[in-house]
Amino acid sequence: MFLAKINVTLKESVLDPQGQTVLRALHSMGYPSVQDVRVGKYIEIKLEEANFNDAESLVKHFCEKLLVNSVIETYTYQVESL
Amino acid sequence: MKVSVVTFPGSNCDRDVGQVLSEYYSAKVSYVWHKDPLSGNPDLVVLPGGFSYGDYLRCGAMAKVSRVMQDILPYAQKGGRVLGICNGFQILTESGLLPGALLMNQKLKYICRNVELISGSPQNPISQKISKPSLTLPIAHGEGSYFADTETIRILNSENRILFRYKTNPNGSIESIAGILSSNSRVVGLMPHPERAMNPCSGNMDGRLFFDSYLNN
Repeated sequence: MFLAKINVTLKESVLDPQGQTVLRALHSMGYPSVQDVRVGKYIEIKLEEANFNDAESLVKHFCEKLLVNSVIETYTYQVESL
Repeated sequence: MKVSVVTFPGSNCDRDVGQVLSEYYSAKVSYVWHKDPLSGNPDLVVLPGGFSYGDYLRCGAMAKVSRVMQDILPYAQKGGRVLGICNGFQILTESGLLPGALLMNQKLKYICRNVELISGSPQNPISQKISKPSLTLPIAHGEGSYFADTETIRILNSENRILFRYKTNPNGSIESIAGILSSNSRVVGLMPHPERAMNPCSGNMDGRLFFDSYLNN
């Protein structure tokens, strides 16, 4: 059994109004040192595959085909065996 | 004219658009469930507004991998006509039938009101046939901010593929883009709802100006 942990974030060139809103909220909480906030997504997938390479290439395939919109998002992932 | 309107789980404007096409344009409308194949060789496929799959993951992301889209992709690639309204436009960009993406509205609020639309590209085949200088259509969306990279925007402009722009940008869309066309003009996506501005009872019939031009194109 493998567990994939995927972080999906907006590309740098894309405006992130959610992140900006969180930034302003942190400032209003009294934390002026905060320079920037970007809000992304974290996805966990458990999958039963024969080996690590198969699991990893499937996870990459899921990201490319569904989990990530490559027009506006970028991603990193790690796969560990459970 | 045979029209297939697709219903995904969470689509809620399927009957609105089907009803106006049948009532005002005598279209023979079939409603296609997302798990079913696209059959009957329609003249037009409509991806309606709504919240397909609850907008989970990203708006339109899961609709793009549904069974019916496996038929709609080659249908469009062979020159078939597809109209995507609101969530339908999101599905078209997710599936790659139209370029770019629809992001969260810049002010993060769901906007539900009438907006004024002006023609996008001066030589756009659909908007140039609309006699009024601007249309008023309702928008109702939380993720309608159109985004594409600089090169894509340049291409859309140079190929006259921008259908409408917002006169006053409500959601942060790049260049106030409200709707676009594919390179063969057969696939059209727009965030506003022309199907909600057809009936005199609604007080606004500008949707007819869009459909009159679009369907006669």
